[in-house]
Amino acid sequence: MNNYHLNHLRELEAESIFIFREVAAQFDNPVILFSGGKDSIVMFHLARKAFYPAKVPIPLLHIDTGHNFKEAIEFRDNLVEKYGVKLYVGSVQKTIDEGKVQEETGYNASRNVLQTTTLLDAIEEHKFDAALGGGRRDEEKARAKERFFSHRDEFGQWDPKNQRPELWNIFNGKKRMGEHFRVFPLSNWTELDVWQYIYMEDIEIPSLYYTHRRDVFERDGVLLAAAPFMQLKPNEKIETLDVRCRTIGDITNTGLTRSKADNLKDIIDEIAAERTTERGQRFDDKRSETAMEDRKKEGYF
Amino acid sequence: MTEKKDTNGYLDMELLRFTTAGSVDDGKSTLIGRLLYDSKSIFQDQIEAIEKASRNKGNEETDLALLTDGLRAEREQGITIDVAYRYFATPKRKFIIADTPGHIQYTRNMVTGASTANLAIILIDARHGVIEQTLRHSYIASLLRIPHIVVCINKMDLVDYDESAYEKIKKQFMSFAPKLDVKDIEFIPISALKGDNVVEPSKQMTWYQGTTLLYLLENIYIKGDNNYVDARFPVQYVIRPQSDEFHDYRGYAGRIDGGIFKVGDKIKVLPSGLESKIKTIDTLNETLDMAFAPQSVSITIEDDIDISRGDMIAKSDNLPRKSQDITAMISWFNERPLILRGKYSLRHTTNDVKCIIQDVKFKMDINSLERNYDDKEIKMNDIARIQIKTSKPIFYDGYRKNRNTGSFVLIDEVTNETLGAGMIIDKA
Repeated sequence: MNNYHLNHLRELEAESIFIFREVAAQFDNPVILFSGGKDSIVMFHLARKAFYPAKVPIPLLHIDTGHNFKEAIEFRDNLVEKYGVKLYVGSVQKTIDEGKVQEETGYNASRNVLQTTTLLDAIEEHKFDAALGGGRRDEEKARAKERFFSHRDEFGQWDPKNQRPELWNIFNGKKRMGEHFRVFPLSNWTELDVWQYIYMEDIEIPSLYYTHRRDVFERDGVLLAAAPFMQLKPNEKIETLDVRCRTIGDITNTGLTRSKADNLKDIIDEIAAERTTERGQRFDDKRSETAMEDRKKEGYF
Repeated sequence: MTEKKDTNGYLDMELLRFTTAGSVDDGKSTLIGRLLYDSKSIFQDQIEAIEKASRNKGNEETDLALLTDGLRAEREQGITIDVAYRYFATPKRKFIIADTPGHIQYTRNMVTGASTANLAIILIDARHGVIEQTLRHSYIASLLRIPHIVVCINKMDLVDYDESAYEKIKKQFMSFAPKLDVKDIEFIPISALKGDNVVEPSKQMTWYQGTTLLYLLENIYIKGDNNYVDARFPVQYVIRPQSDEFHDYRGYAGRIDGGIFKVGDKIKVLPSGLESKIKTIDTLNETLDMAFAPQSVSITIEDDIDISRGDMIAKSDNLPRKSQDITAMISWFNERPLILRGKYSLRHTTNDVKCIIQDVKFKMDINSLERNYDDKEIKMNDIARIQIKTSKPIFYDGYRKNRNTGSFVLIDEVTNETLGAGMIIDKA
């Protein structure tokens, strides 16, 4: 006799699939924000589940800072081809060239903040009314207060003090012209849940997540990948180490972990024993105590 | 459902959602901080961040309560504005905490956090005993039908860990418990600050024979909370691949809101009333023989019937109620009061209808648990019993029977804001 048991991952999966289907039903022109990182890959996997046996009816949008790991871009292109899904790319370089934003200078120059403008432009240009993101509430304290369906005004801004109450599994995606929603199907997942799920479901991920030998240098306690557009300080030197990515983002602020883990089980063991959050290795969050809250209000992911 | 893979038991964890009610003064943030800290769910960089923030505020000791502070305005004012969700796990369970502010203005947040919870922790300050706020929190937990309530009598260190203080408060609570509708109430004497009976058993309260809070959270039986009797499947989305392989496929996608569906079951589609049988239950991984709440699946049926979003599939021998006249308890969220005879958009499961507020029966005084039949102006954070007429029949169960098919929200037709949450009272 079956005891009608769903483990925590199956329950999270059921919730996320429900969210994807609500988005497809409630919005005219939704899009999935896709970075090539593990969270967006899990998102796409859940989208496939939500609409099986049909193709995923929602296109992908990649906000491209131009500072990519080539493995992540290859992975993205393969996935798009394999599943026949449409990909839009919003280019931060183009936003800079058009003079809409100013490139940061100095050693810690990052295009992270600039992505917001490119993202909002892409949403406006293609008239997307819902952008599905892989943000999780466990990542950061401002995210802990985010709704599944997060309303944005016509300037793309988030008003944390005036969010719509969200009860049971009723999600209100009603909006006026020009407004849009950010939707976070992975809200209730933790980093460990994501990894366990990748393992349970045999989901393919970029090789960057497994151990590989790479030229790196250390800055403020974080290992960063050496790349042509990364400017070294006088005291910093390049070493070749066995590392892997814990998150994949823009190369300028993706911290690498020394690791020999070459399979998912070892990665899960590493994550379970890890004593810093994955955001702790992101340079973008180290800027101030409210860095994420401030960026989110402006319309960041 | 058995999983093929083993990752040291990781995949066998159950999910428990709980809410915590209490104000800053009750030590709620400290309790959550303690649960996270003692269960080793806090990371190094988070500890460093709160150590730094504690120093900036001039505190000598690291303030665990800071772990649960979120937005800038909250830190500045030292209050919680919104529901915050926290996560931690032990080898047995994954926990989702809906951390809701306790002060009176934020009843709506407590209701929101309670709507999906299996369990509520109600905090009482051992020095003050049961106060107005305790009644309010307990009432909301019972209104939202949270199956399990754990009353934590906190700050036992400040009453010398005295058993009679604990017993007295327990008695106070039990004296009004009959007014509540909760099947399972537990009591635990704790000190969140010192750590007694939160994760580790107290060395100071040897007179207490019960379990620690974490042990209870890990072991309380929750499978019995789901309704496996009344099968309900609100159709969310219709899947039509229109590919060569699945040329004529029409799948009805949705999440099972109650009960169990099996291949071959005789079903009725509402509102059309047409009958058919379940042909397949599909997921990407496998085709299932049966599915149960809260699984998300896609169902195909034997006959060609027109079914769309908002329809409900149930078993022919067990149907939900059908009516346009709904009696419900409503919790009001908006600064603009409820308008008698006002028209609103009502969302129930995946169905949208229009409705009109016909009557306000009474307003609940949630501080005394008395009904007020005179003052019928329903303002933000009020709770009331109302009578609604919908533009079309809805298919529902009483909220007591099923929290998903017995709940709805009211939406403003102009601003699109979610104005209130309703719990349907079964008239039978």
